[in-house]
Parts: sequence; C-alpha cells; structure tokens
Amino acid sequence: MAGETRLSLHVPEPEVRPGDTPDFSNVAIDRAGTIRRPEIDVVPEEIRDLAFSIIRVLNRDAEAVGPWSGLLDADELRDGLRHMMTLRAFDARMMLAQRQGKTSFYMQHLGEEAVACAFRKALAPGDMNFPTYRQAGLLIADDYPLVEMMNQIFSNERDPLKGRQLPIMYSSRAHGFFSISGNLATQFVQAVGWAMASAIKHDSKIAAAWIGDGSTAESDFHAGLVFASTYKAPVVLNIVNNQWAISTFQGIARGGAGTFAARGHGFAIPALRVDGNDYLAVHAVARWAVERARANLGPTLVEYVTYRAGAHSTSDDPTAYRPQTESDSWPLGDPVMRLKAHLIRIGAWSEERHAQAEAEIADTVVAAQREAERHGTLHAGGHPSPRDMFEGVYAEMPPHLRRQRQRAGY
Amino acid sequence: MPITITMPALSPTMTEGTLARWLVKEGDAVRSGDLLAEIETDKATMEVEAIDDGIVGKLLIAEGTEGIAVNAPILVLLGEGETADAITVLAAAPPAPEPAAAPAPVAAVPVVAAPASAPVPAPMPAEADLPEGTETVSTTVRDALRDAMAEEMRRDASVFLMGEEVGEYQGAYKVSQGLLEEFGNARVIDTPITEHGFTGLGVGAAFSGLKPIVEFMTFNFAMQAMDQIINSAAKTLYMSGGQMGASIVFRGPNGAASRVAAQHSQCYASWYAHCPGLKVVSPYTAADAKGLLKAAIRDPNPVIFLENEILYGRSFEVPVLDDHVVPIGRARIARTGGDVTIVAFSICVGHAMDAAELLAAEGIEAEVIDLRSLRPLDVETIAASIRKTNRCVSVEEGWPACGIGAEIAASVMEHAFDDLDAPVVRVSGEDVPLPYAANLERLALPDPERVAEAARRVCYR
Repeated sequence: MAGETRLSLHVPEPEVRPGDTPDFSNVAIDRAGTIRRPEIDVVPEEIRDLAFSIIRVLNRDAEAVGPWSGLLDADELRDGLRHMMTLRAFDARMMLAQRQGKTSFYMQHLGEEAVACAFRKALAPGDMNFPTYRQAGLLIADDYPLVEMMNQIFSNERDPLKGRQLPIMYSSRAHGFFSISGNLATQFVQAVGWAMASAIKHDSKIAAAWIGDGSTAESDFHAGLVFASTYKAPVVLNIVNNQWAISTFQGIARGGAGTFAARGHGFAIPALRVDGNDYLAVHAVARWAVERARANLGPTLVEYVTYRAGAHSTSDDPTAYRPQTESDSWPLGDPVMRLKAHLIRIGAWSEERHAQAEAEIADTVVAAQREAERHGTLHAGGHPSPRDMFEGVYAEMPPHLRRQRQRAGY
Repeated sequence: MPITITMPALSPTMTEGTLARWLVKEGDAVRSGDLLAEIETDKATMEVEAIDDGIVGKLLIAEGTEGIAVNAPILVLLGEGETADAITVLAAAPPAPEPAAAPAPVAAVPVVAAPASAPVPAPMPAEADLPEGTETVSTTVRDALRDAMAEEMRRDASVFLMGEEVGEYQGAYKVSQGLLEEFGNARVIDTPITEHGFTGLGVGAAFSGLKPIVEFMTFNFAMQAMDQIINSAAKTLYMSGGQMGASIVFRGPNGAASRVAAQHSQCYASWYAHCPGLKVVSPYTAADAKGLLKAAIRDPNPVIFLENEILYGRSFEVPVLDDHVVPIGRARIARTGGDVTIVAFSICVGHAMDAAELLAAEGIEAEVIDLRSLRPLDVETIAASIRKTNRCVSVEEGWPACGIGAEIAASVMEHAFDDLDAPVVRVSGEDVPLPYAANLERLALPDPERVAEAARRVCYR
C-alpha cells in the first residue's frame, strides 16, 4: 500500500562508544544558583520544571551561590570533605586488596562520593536508609568504623555479619543503614513500608530509599512510588543516576522520559534534580526533602546527576563499552576537587592542609586495614566460626539446626 | 406439580446465606425471570430469579432468616390450577447436600435439591494440651481466623493487617469482618493491587518493628511477591548478622477451591516449606486456625499461613479460652489407629478422616496425623506413629514432584526405615495444571476413596 510505514524497532543508543570522542553536549547544565528554592509545602504541580533542571550551588569560580546555598558552615564543609576523601582512600585500598586476593569482590564510589556523604548529614539519628551497594558514604559520614567495614570485606573472624554476606553489602541498624540486598530494588519499596510504619506509630523518624538509574526499571521502584504517593509516606526517594548500569547506558531504563526525576510527575510526588557532584547542592536538596518528610508533607523524589568514574565493580572493565577518557569530559567535575576548591576560595582550606589531610586519611585507612588483617582475610588467618553458620536463620535456633551444628562439631 | 425454589449457591464454596428480602408475596403471579428474593452471603448480595411461570404458593422462610443452607427449599411456586394443598408434600424436602458438590456456580438459577452424602462434621479431637472439661463453641474457620487477628490486634498495638480488599470490603473472603470498624484504617489497610509491592511494603514495615499481617487474596497471586518473601523476609535476619529480622505473617487461601482452574488453585506448601528462614503452617480445624494464627502473629520470624477457601465456611469446635495458642511445629493426631498412618494437612485431613471411616468398615484402623505445620515438620510424631502402624500414606493437593509427600517419604526413610513394612505411598494432586471442568477437577484432586485405596495398598489388601 502506498505510503504505508514499515515498522522498525527503536533501541536507544548512547551518544558515543569506545573509540569515539566523549561528548556530553546533550546534558543541559543549568548555571549554579539559578534554580529557585520552593517552600517545602509547595504544590507538586508548581515545580514540575524542577524535574528537568539541575540544582547547583557551586559555580565555576568555586563560590556557593543562589537560594540553595548557605546551609553549612566551614567546619561542616571540612567534615564533608574529609568524609569524601576517606571514602575515596578506602576504595583505593580495597580495590588493591581485591587484586591481592584478600577479598573476592569490591565496588568503588569514584566520582559519586558527594551523594551519600552529603545526604547522610541531612538525616537525624534513628532515620533509616535503604541503600544500594554504592552508598558506603552513608556509613563513613556517620563515623561507622572503617575496620568493621574491612572485617566484612575480608570475611574474617571479626566480620560483623559473620561470614554470611557478600563484601560491601554492609548492614548496621545502629547507623540507620539497612542490610543491602543483592536483588536490585527490593529495598526501594521496603523503605516506603518502613516510612509508613513510622507514620502508623506516630514516630518522628523518616526513611530514605535508594536506587540506581538502571534499577528504576524494576517493579519495586514503581510500586514504591504508588505507595509513597497514595499514603504520603515520610520517605525521600533517591535515584542515583551515574549514567551507567554496568554497560547499559541510562537511556535504556529512562526510555522516552526526559529525566528520571520526571517519573515522579505521574504520582504527584515533588521531583527535584540535583548536581550529584556538588556536595552543597546535594546536601541542600536532601535537607529540603527530609524537612518535607519530617513535616508530614510526604515523599520527595530526587535524581542525583553524577557519573560513575570507575568500573561498576572489580568484575567490570568499562573500556569495553565507553570511551576511556569519558569521565574526564564529564561536565559536572569531581566532587572532592570542587569542595576542596570552594573551601580554599572561602579561606577555610589550603593546598597544604589538603595534602596533610590526604596523608592523615591514608594513615587512618592503612591502620584500619592492618587491624582488620590481624583478624584474617578471605584466604588467610581467622575465619568466621562455623558455629555462627546456623545462627540467625530464625530468631531462635530450631532443634534441627542445633543438631546440624552439633554434627559439624560446634 | 408445584415447583420448589431452593436456596441458590452464589459460589461453589458457599454453604449458607441470609434471605434478606422477599420481592414477592404469596398469591403473586410471577413470570420466568422475575425477581423473587434478595440473598446475602458474607461475600455478596444477589437476587434470585424465577425460572418458571407460576403463582407464589408459599414463602417457606421468613425475611431476614440467617444461616439458610444452600439447596434448602425457600419458596413453592404453584402451576396453573394447583392449590396450596400440594405444598405439605414438599415441606419434607431432602436436607442440603454437601455444598462442594453443588453443580455449577450459576448463582441466579436455583438449584434443585439432590440427595448427596451428608457432610461429616469433623469431630473435635481430644487435644492433649487442653485442660479437662474445656468448653468449646462451634465456629467457622473464617471466624476463627478473624477472632485470632482481632485478639492479637487488641493485645499488641504493633500488629496490623494489610492487603487487597481487607478493609471496606471486609476481606475477599470476609475473613477480616469487623476489623476495620474496630481498629481503623491505619491498622486495617486497603492496598493498591500489587502483591509484589505491598509485600515489599509489609517487609519494610516489619523491619521497623511493626508486626504486619499481609493478606493475599490467594497464594497464587503471591507468586510475584516471591522475591520479597524469600530474598528479603526470609533471609535478611541471617544476612544482617542477626540485626534485622521480619516478624510478619503472610496469609490467605492456598490450594484448590472449586471451579477456579489452574491459576487460582495451586498448592504452594512445598515451595515455602523448602526455604530456611520461613515457618509454614496450614491448619485444618478452626481451633488450629485460631491457635496457630495467634502463634504466627507472635512469632518473631516470617510465617507463611496457608488457609483453604473451602474450609472457611466449615465449622469446628473451638475451645473457649482467653488465649488459645497452638504451638507451631507440632502435628495433631486427628484419629488413632494401629494399622496404617495417614499424614495430611489442610483440607486433605478431611479426606483422610473420611478415608479412615471407609477403612474402618473394612477392618483397617487408620491413624490420621494432621501436620498443621509444614516447616518445622513434626517428624517425631510421624515416626512414632509408624513405629506403631509400620505403614504410611501421605496426602496433599499439591503436585507430587518435590512435594510435601516427597519430604515425608524421605523423612520416614531417615527416621523410621526399620519400622516400615511397606513403601510409603503418596496421594497427591495429578501432575497437571488444575482443569476447570467439574469432572476433570474431581479427577485431578485427592479424595477419600483414593486415600483409602493407597492405605489398602500399603496394607497389602
């Protein structure tokens, strides 16, 4: 038939592949300080545009500008810098430890340190995060002991999770860090349930849900939005868009939607998009969303625009699917460098102090590693006790497990 | 010949209903299709239509009468020239047959009463744990479940119920009757339709320290929630090094009802019983339904509570106690006997009891074990029985491969092999998705005769 369209399948493709010149010209970046800061009780319909812009505080001259600035003093900013630097140093040591066979697996945060470190400082004690595997910054910014993290990574005799869980899948109720699930996205709707439970109890605690760009395709994400919307759950719904789900670029999960934040619109959930490499912007937006939840105004969806500068995990080689120099071209820069430059700009930091801090942090991480290795690594030294293998299946040990444990000689 | 209009069955599992309102009076002429009455059950309201022309001769049941058995006569329609004298003959109409045997679920067409084997109300077994002389009251499984939830919700403010239709509608099978009224909409929560979603929600709430009861309209729909149930609810206590567990109950009907075909009839007992971290119970009697549900709600672990739609309307004696709790993990000897042990759970306990009657007539004394709990499985009670009978038959509605019967057979080999005089025989559902047609459905599911036949086999009779 004349003029009939022959159908063809649309498969989104990233702008560039290995060998191409990195190009982020399609990422529209708003100038720092230009995006308005609405009242926390704003009607969601009035801020639909904020799901398509990028809230930024630090400008090119490393100044904090605009309505989202001014929330943190110099001490708090120095703390933030130290947390990010610690996470980066920790990652570097653990990547090496994995290469040396001291653990089987590791996932680093390179380039994304600001997201979890800054978010953590907006929460109060008793609030609960339901994180993914790339939010160890929540623990470090809450002063969780590095040696405990390493004990788990090395699966040694002091492993707080007793050799039962993968490295980096931390769990700490006391630090508001829910046990990480390897099945992606399950935690997202659980966070909403936790938040609803807090509301049922008339408590004042709130929850934070975390998910990556790729996992927003899971039904847990969509169910989470339904429940958060219907029951106005006191929860902050965080999407960390680091551009890459292993080798799958973010356009595959995002589909035709302009941004991930825009997913909130159909649910009338206020949705903000923020520069994930800007410690001040992340913190300011997190605080806005946390205040809303705390004031019983319901959920907020936040998309952190960032870039996974490293490999997905120690099992991944990103040069196979993206240009090697792509991370250098990422237009939002490096979170550590940006905060450092800002602190220097306001006279609260210097190159000398930075070098000194780097050395101190390196010492701290190395000392923690020595301490952890005294208790064993994956294939050497102390191991978790087989005695513990049968604990924790049930709240109380049933007789058949007790018999199994006895047969095992413990 | 006058025509008797009987109490219609609105669904295959309906056993009785209320005659809410007569829409005709004696002496009225009615035509086929005219509305005669409004019938209410605990699930729905509907109208009864006349199937023939005639004159309303007598209304046999007063308006507002509750508990009218399906197929009981409710109205006599007189043909042309007939008088009310003919009616007395019909007053002695046969009693209501077993509702599950009611032909088709065509609700609006009154079903003519047909003789059928009378239902044998399961006798309340001697409960060893109950004090001598404990008073009992006849209660449906449905009400027993509701009572258990209500009692636990009164006792513990952290218990709440959530699921599809649990609030305003009072439960898809009316199990949550009155709970919304008593506890309000923050503790009886109607959820959007996403089993995966609201299961994850409940698991999250449990991690916060609340004790959710998550109702599935049927466990068939819980398939999409498996990830949350197994990967999160069952494993997180272990994976978190004991820091975070989920005290949560997942409950709802499991297995076949009547005429609901492949996607609404599956028994999931073996799926859940396979998984460490879960406890799995599946009661038969109302007393156990109540006592085990109370135990499940109090349990600090995730508990899968498998109910049965056909049993909801059945009545059993329930002890009148302030706090009737049945421990999870202990089977019940439903009938004692020395010749063969029949192990069953849920509705199949009824089949086993009926089979035991058939066998008794042939001189075979069967011991019937109602497992009640599937994880942990009370192997000790099974083994002790086999030491006495030396023979074992397992009964379940589920499929045979990797089923509860397979687990029982293996456990018996491990714990009572030397006491066996015959191989264990499994009675199970046929290894096909459950068909819809009534005759095929009947063929696909265990029944008393099949259980009795298996017992004869292990007794070499």
